[in-house]
Amino acid sequence: MRTNQAPLLEVKNLRVEFPTRRGTLVAVDDVSFSIAPGEVLGVVGESGAGKSLTGAAIIGLLEPPGRVAGGEIRLEGERIDRLPYEQMRRVRGKKIGAIFQDPLTSLNPLFTIGRQLTETILTHIDLSQTQARDRAIELLMEVGIPAADKRIDHYPHQFSGGMRQRVVIALALAANPKLIVADEPTTALDVSIQAQIIALLKKLCRDHGTAVMLVTHDMGVIAETADRVAVMYAGRIAEIGPVREVVKNPRHPYTVGLMGSIPTIGHDAERLTQIDGSMPRLTAIPRGCAFNPRCPHVAERCRTERPDLIDTGATEAACWRHADIRAAAAAE
Amino acid sequence: MLAFILRRLAQSLIVMLVVAFIAFALFTFVGDPLAAMLGQDTTPEERERLRSALGLDRNFLAQFWIFLSNAVQGDFGISYRLVRPVDELILERLPATLELSMTAGLLALLIGIPLGVYTGLNRDSWLSRVFLTVSLIGVSLPTFLIGILLILVFSVWLSWLPSFGRGDVVAFGWWTTGFLTPSGLKALILPSITLCLFQLTLIMRLVRAEMLEVLRTDYIKFARARGLKNRSINFAHALKNTLVPVITITGLQLGSIIAFAIITETVFQWPGMGLLFIQAVGFADIPVMAAYLCLVAFVFVTINLIVDLLYYFVDPRLRADKGTAGGH
Repeated sequence: MRTNQAPLLEVKNLRVEFPTRRGTLVAVDDVSFSIAPGEVLGVVGESGAGKSLTGAAIIGLLEPPGRVAGGEIRLEGERIDRLPYEQMRRVRGKKIGAIFQDPLTSLNPLFTIGRQLTETILTHIDLSQTQARDRAIELLMEVGIPAADKRIDHYPHQFSGGMRQRVVIALALAANPKLIVADEPTTALDVSIQAQIIALLKKLCRDHGTAVMLVTHDMGVIAETADRVAVMYAGRIAEIGPVREVVKNPRHPYTVGLMGSIPTIGHDAERLTQIDGSMPRLTAIPRGCAFNPRCPHVAERCRTERPDLIDTGATEAACWRHADIRAAAAAE
Repeated sequence: MLAFILRRLAQSLIVMLVVAFIAFALFTFVGDPLAAMLGQDTTPEERERLRSALGLDRNFLAQFWIFLSNAVQGDFGISYRLVRPVDELILERLPATLELSMTAGLLALLIGIPLGVYTGLNRDSWLSRVFLTVSLIGVSLPTFLIGILLILVFSVWLSWLPSFGRGDVVAFGWWTTGFLTPSGLKALILPSITLCLFQLTLIMRLVRAEMLEVLRTDYIKFARARGLKNRSINFAHALKNTLVPVITITGLQLGSIIAFAIITETVFQWPGMGLLFIQAVGFADIPVMAAYLCLVAFVFVTINLIVDLLYYFVDPRLRADKGTAGGH
């Protein structure tokens, strides 16, 4: 879903490094993408592909010694990657909300959820204590907590995991941010709850016009929720495009492999395909295309020259041989 | 809640009973008390009369029962050394010890917690390193050495502060206080510093370690992601989560400050219970020792009870009001 609107979030050539004793590790390398207002961008990849770090860099909470070493991040046209702590604090929660993986540990156990909600609201919005409390109850009702006016005075341990993730979503939405960075929001939940939470997140963001950067390794969640998807591999974007195109007609061989590894009902593939080998460690990223040792279509150029994202028509893929791969898939 | 308190009270009672038994057993270890009370030229008849008057001819359990029922009313008998009722002696000395240990305890908390928070938050600043290094000295130097060093510097070399005693005291009924006179306050400075130093460094290191632990948790990360102010994150969210272990240790330490002020009181000749006890030990003054033992046990048991109740207020998870935990 390409829109002509100015992008809400623009990430250009982002580079995240971890200085270590044995040299600098580049965990996110030359990553560029943008998110339009109200758009849901899925970010998929194996663990260690750099997707969570990209999210952390956007909300300005990379854990030291990790740091943004290059590129820029713009929110509504203004750079936010070089903001001093106090200014960035005002952006967090107010303009960019965040949801983390584990709802069981995301809430402070010693405070009622009401106190955590009103505190967040009052930090960013100029309201009285009672107005903030009313807003907190409204938010809780909106995320589907029954008897919200009573539950507001309960402590986190009195809620189940799914309910806690609803509270976390309410907290992320408390100050009506323009963008939510959701880092594996359903990974820690029961499968039956996952779908509910994703549906809720999708509905709320549509209602509020909130854009979402949905980081996950679950391609099913992406296919169901996202407008566009970015596939990450070894710290770089392998392919980015509208979710339908990426799922149906992947251009990058890594995406092809990723899609082949998802079981589909009604499609009688004899075996799920798998990608041989594993993602290279950050200390040993091969020359040329990082995927070349595992790629079935590898050519000489792939071993020497690193491809940037190339416009393939429907998607952008970082692959020299995207046209051949497309033709091969069409011929099948 | 009520069941919880009752259970704790029952446990406390058992502890007190055991301690009282040990205290009573002390009497039987040091031989016949009559030998200490009577001269050499008393007749056997006189001895027997006194023995039955004091109840010493009854069996062990009956004697323990008498000891116990007297002790509950605060009657621990008469000091062999000073020939005065033990409860009177203890009450006389109690204010001195309590004032000293409370001052030391408060100092340790009021300085230790902020230092712990500071060093936890600014892990790499040079000031934190200085505090940590100094605190290592505080932990490892023995109390008597610190006391003697302080006396050497501030009393002998500089003659700023008195080296012994409690200064002038003002009496309110049986309670005497040194807080209201300049000399009383001056006399309090060196002993309270000596007594608090170890606890202070302990609390500081504990709070620091807990802060570092808590600051790594997801809910602190999430609090930052919500854009909360640093002050609120550090002092409301993080500090409160460090309190449970800090309360535990502080409670135990406060007990030991009161109970083991002995060394400090000896070094500074502070007229408190510790000094009374150490003198009693020198003289085998069993009633005083027994009373002191029971009192110290009582202090520990009471503080532990308070600590358990504090947990209950700090941590909502312990208020196990079942039935409110919701489903999906």
